[in-house]
Amino acid sequence: MIFHHIGAYLILLKAVFKKPEKGRIYWKETILTMTDIGIGSLGLIVIISTFIGAVMTMQIAFQMVSDLIPNSIIGSINRDSNILELGPTISGLVLMGKIGSSISSQIGSMRVTEQIDALEIMGINAPGYLILPKILAGVTMIPMLVIIAIVCALVGGLLGGSLSGAVTPADYILGIQDNFNGFTVTVALVKAVVFGFIITSVSAYKGYKVKGGALEVGQASTEAVVVGCITILAADYVITALML
Amino acid sequence: MIEIENINKSFGENHVLKGISANFEPGKVSLIIGGSGSGKSTLLKCIVGLHHPEKGKVLFDNSDFTRMNFEERVPIRKEIGMLFQNSALFDSMTVEQNIMFSLDMFTDMSKAEKLDRANHCLEQVNLEGRNKLFPAELSGGMKKRVGIARAISMNPKYLFCDEPNSGLDPETSIVIDELVLKITQELKCTTVVVTHDMNSVMGIGEYILFLYQGQKFWEGSNKDMMRSDVEELNNFVFASPLMKSAKASMGQ
Repeated sequence: MIFHHIGAYLILLKAVFKKPEKGRIYWKETILTMTDIGIGSLGLIVIISTFIGAVMTMQIAFQMVSDLIPNSIIGSINRDSNILELGPTISGLVLMGKIGSSISSQIGSMRVTEQIDALEIMGINAPGYLILPKILAGVTMIPMLVIIAIVCALVGGLLGGSLSGAVTPADYILGIQDNFNGFTVTVALVKAVVFGFIITSVSAYKGYKVKGGALEVGQASTEAVVVGCITILAADYVITALML
Repeated sequence: MIEIENINKSFGENHVLKGISANFEPGKVSLIIGGSGSGKSTLLKCIVGLHHPEKGKVLFDNSDFTRMNFEERVPIRKEIGMLFQNSALFDSMTVEQNIMFSLDMFTDMSKAEKLDRANHCLEQVNLEGRNKLFPAELSGGMKKRVGIARAISMNPKYLFCDEPNSGLDPETSIVIDELVLKITQELKCTTVVVTHDMNSVMGIGEYILFLYQGQKFWEGSNKDMMRSDVEELNNFVFASPLMKSAKASMGQ
């Protein structure tokens, strides 16, 4: 069963990356989807990552109570764990729920109301027209959201640390700057691009293959989120193993 | 001219279409009729390429559509217009954008030319000035008419309608039938309509193909149909009291 889905997913992707009928229209769709994904998810990402940063700082401080360890280490740990893992992965999982379910139900509804059949009959490559702009928007906007998430988590850490008294702002900022390795940002961006591809393509696949009615569209949307989240976690492991 | 030869289609164990052959001529409205589950919509989907028949051929002016790949089909698809049972208008687009969609994709017309064409199509279906409405703001009959306007935007050579009158009141159904007939005559296109509406059959059915349990059971004109002695056809055609009384008055 899983091999059947992988095969069908790859066949769909082959159709997605065919030459567009008219690049201008695909470009317009891509820009609209980028706005949807980027602006539409910004608030959620800012709130979640700010709180995660704040909570992380307090928890690290709680576990690091020792006169032998400088307080600035709290900032360093918060920085690396947010850049390498929490920023991309938590954002990926949250966006899978938000964007993934939306893409899946949108394409699924088009399938059950014969709108995809209408595209095919017109001679339009329906997978290309419907899915390619979403994938392009995902792989460009999700890395930007991840960068914003990381910045917000670091700011959240500063706020959480100083408000709770766990670490002084000066120590925290010193920790953030200490021994910074730029490669960790590269790892985060690679993860974000891969997650962007997974979020958009897996949910589009689930929506495109819907058969039935409204009930099946809902089920496909749930399945898209579940499968997408597991795929993101597996990809996270593989990228970390390969790059670090 | 559309020719179908020995079309067979199964879904798992369910053999839905059993060797159906027919010719649909240009400038005529051809109707595919039959009870629920007789295979009418499946046959239409095989003709337009949404289903792939296991056996048989679909020829559009002698070109074998069934053996073509997606790219080879595109030139023929550009000449196809289709009205879906539920209209299948694109929800996210206005009426005007729905009609202009094929023009946007496949022509190099200027925006003004496309707009002119969209307005002309809307005039054809008596929906002038409704350009900026979204499908959600339209009634069932208006959606069907926009569906027709979209189907004729590229001046189709072949027009397909899947249950164009389903869910419509009798008066609107007649309007839709008249539109389909008018467009067929004006564009000289080959029109195939799937229906079980006897008003349509009597009103616009120049050639009728009757399907029964996935087989071609009868073919002819609506006048021949009234005189037919095929029991399965008579059971279908004269099921309604209105048709029964029409037959009785013919007898008198």
